Amino acid sequence: MLRSPTVTSQTPAAAPNATPYRLTEDQLMLRDAVRVLADEKVAPRAAEVDRTAEFPWDLKELLATHDILALPFAEEYGGLGGELLNVCLAVEQLSRACATTGLILAVQELGSLPIVLSGTDEQRQRWLPDLAAGRTLIAFALTESEAGSDAANARTRAIRDGDDYRISGSKRFISQGSVADLITVFAVTDAEAPRHRRLTCFIVEKDMSGFKVERIEHKMGIRGSPTAELAFEDVRVPAANRIGEEGEGFAIAMRTFDRSRPGIAAQAVGIAQGALEVAAKYARERRQFGQRIGDLQMVAQMLADMDAQTEAARQLLYKACVEIEAGAPDAARWAAMCKLVAGDTAMRVTTDAVQVLGGYGYIDEFPVERMMRDAKITQLYEGTQQIQRLVIARSLLGKDS
Amino acid sequence: MQIVVLVKPVPDTATGGERLGPDNRLDRAAVPAVVNANDEYAIEAALKLVEAHGGEISLVAMAPPNAPETLRKALAMGAHRGVHVTDQVLTGADALSTARVLAAAVRDLEFDLLLAGADTSDGGMGVVPAGVAALLRLPYLSYAARIEPDPDAGTVRVRRISATGFDVLEAPMPALVVCTQALGEPRYPSLKGIMAARSKEIATKSLAETGVDGVGVEAAATNRVLGSEPPPTRPPTQVVRETAPDAAKRIITFLEERRIVQ
Repeated sequence: MLRSPTVTSQTPAAAPNATPYRLTEDQLMLRDAVRVLADEKVAPRAAEVDRTAEFPWDLKELLATHDILALPFAEEYGGLGGELLNVCLAVEQLSRACATTGLILAVQELGSLPIVLSGTDEQRQRWLPDLAAGRTLIAFALTESEAGSDAANARTRAIRDGDDYRISGSKRFISQGSVADLITVFAVTDAEAPRHRRLTCFIVEKDMSGFKVERIEHKMGIRGSPTAELAFEDVRVPAANRIGEEGEGFAIAMRTFDRSRPGIAAQAVGIAQGALEVAAKYARERRQFGQRIGDLQMVAQMLADMDAQTEAARQLLYKACVEIEAGAPDAARWAAMCKLVAGDTAMRVTTDAVQVLGGYGYIDEFPVERMMRDAKITQLYEGTQQIQRLVIARSLLGKDS
Repeated sequence: MQIVVLVKPVPDTATGGERLGPDNRLDRAAVPAVVNANDEYAIEAALKLVEAHGGEISLVAMAPPNAPETLRKALAMGAHRGVHVTDQVLTGADALSTARVLAAAVRDLEFDLLLAGADTSDGGMGVVPAGVAALLRLPYLSYAARIEPDPDAGTVRVRRISATGFDVLEAPMPALVVCTQALGEPRYPSLKGIMAARSKEIATKSLAETGVDGVGVEAAATNRVLGSEPPPTRPPTQVVRETAPDAAKRIITFLEERRIVQ
């Protein structure tokens, strides 16, 4: 007989003075400060970053000097607290201007979450301050050619050798893998163990002998973010660089995604908002048939749907951040939902934005074609939309008993 | 070094500009206020000076009650504290009243340099800093493109922009320096600066506490706005770029069409 779990989301009791439906004054200040930087310093570089496909080191410096990269980290490491909603507010505003730049912050969070969640105090002290200051960058290396959605199928090996491990294998599609100073790598320590206990998490430093960037992919979108294939040839990693215990790697990765998927949702919401603003401005200015095209109902309908859907995705994201931060037991469901809805929204909104601009939307005189190309990745990485649906369905239905 | 910077919250032209109330006066509540752009250059100059010589920066403003919100943006750049003079009586105050109130507010502070922006984007008069310097009997060093204090000697050297280049002025401190944009782009506040600004002190003073009287709209030399109109829209203009003989032909045709010449 199937056991039916309770479907209502179990959230801890609300904090006494929580105002969950409006951003606090601090959050508004943060959002506006990042928005100003995004509009004035990031947006002018976005088209060039896409065209040259070069990692924008200057924009990374900008994020570092303005403490934006400090957002994901606790104050004791020089961070600004690590609150998930604050990180997402910043990713959203940056992504409005340039998805590649928003990703710099999102990846800094993704790569460092294993250290934050499962590292020892010594490991946190060793690495987090430089990451918070933006002096070092970190990437997250789980995916392999034969292990995408099926992450547990990874083949990269880590063999214990005295006080070290020797890591051999390769990783594929690693965001910012070629510019990172630290790589969070998941490798098999026990091939005989049950699937979800095979992997262990390690921090590889880019100067370690045997670590190599094999190639960078040419991509549809987020072209300024280098997506790398990484090779590990007998890389000797001290046991002090192991995060958590042997066999905990997969669990660490899944817990990481519960906190990092909202970052991608934030990127998607930002991209959608950016596209909506360009389309709305165009619809106000472009005149055909003697009137603003925005006053033609078919165009108005598209814009209204774009606005409503972007707002819906945004509100789900903010709520998900608050729930995950509060320690909701169904954090996985919140993370998967916000990423699912935001990614699909971004693709739909950017496609419609190109449509509103007509022929002008197809050429690079306007940014919407870039935004449409950028949006696609939000349906693919950190778990495809199909994987997000599996997570939600499992939360809804429980396991077959 | 102790530095005081005069700061004015003004309407943010980027979000909609200036609105006039029913009495034709600027409705300061209607549009969010930002720090006057020229004052940001003065604050940036002050920040560079304390980075080089040590010390602290105080901001002084005469403004409506909602000014602290705007002053926090200036504090977020790195200034240390603020003094905010606010009083119902000061609504509609003219430039002379403003100078008298600011001079009184500044008189109690200890400083080596008093910095000000060249003018404001709403009033545009550019006379208040001179008034403050006169009232406080401070050396007045205007249109500074470079500020070089010598704290040991107690003097400051300023490059003043002139029509032909610049003059070099030197004066004992304390002195008032009017800053220009040549001093360098103001920095964007960092997030840590924004967070820190929340807990920085902004002392509020009423008019009575400054000891000034005879100011405000009743005392102002001009105190009624009779009317206000937007500038007339300019008719479409044509630009003549042709070389001399063709340009002449075109201008003649233009004048003939309008029967100005036959």
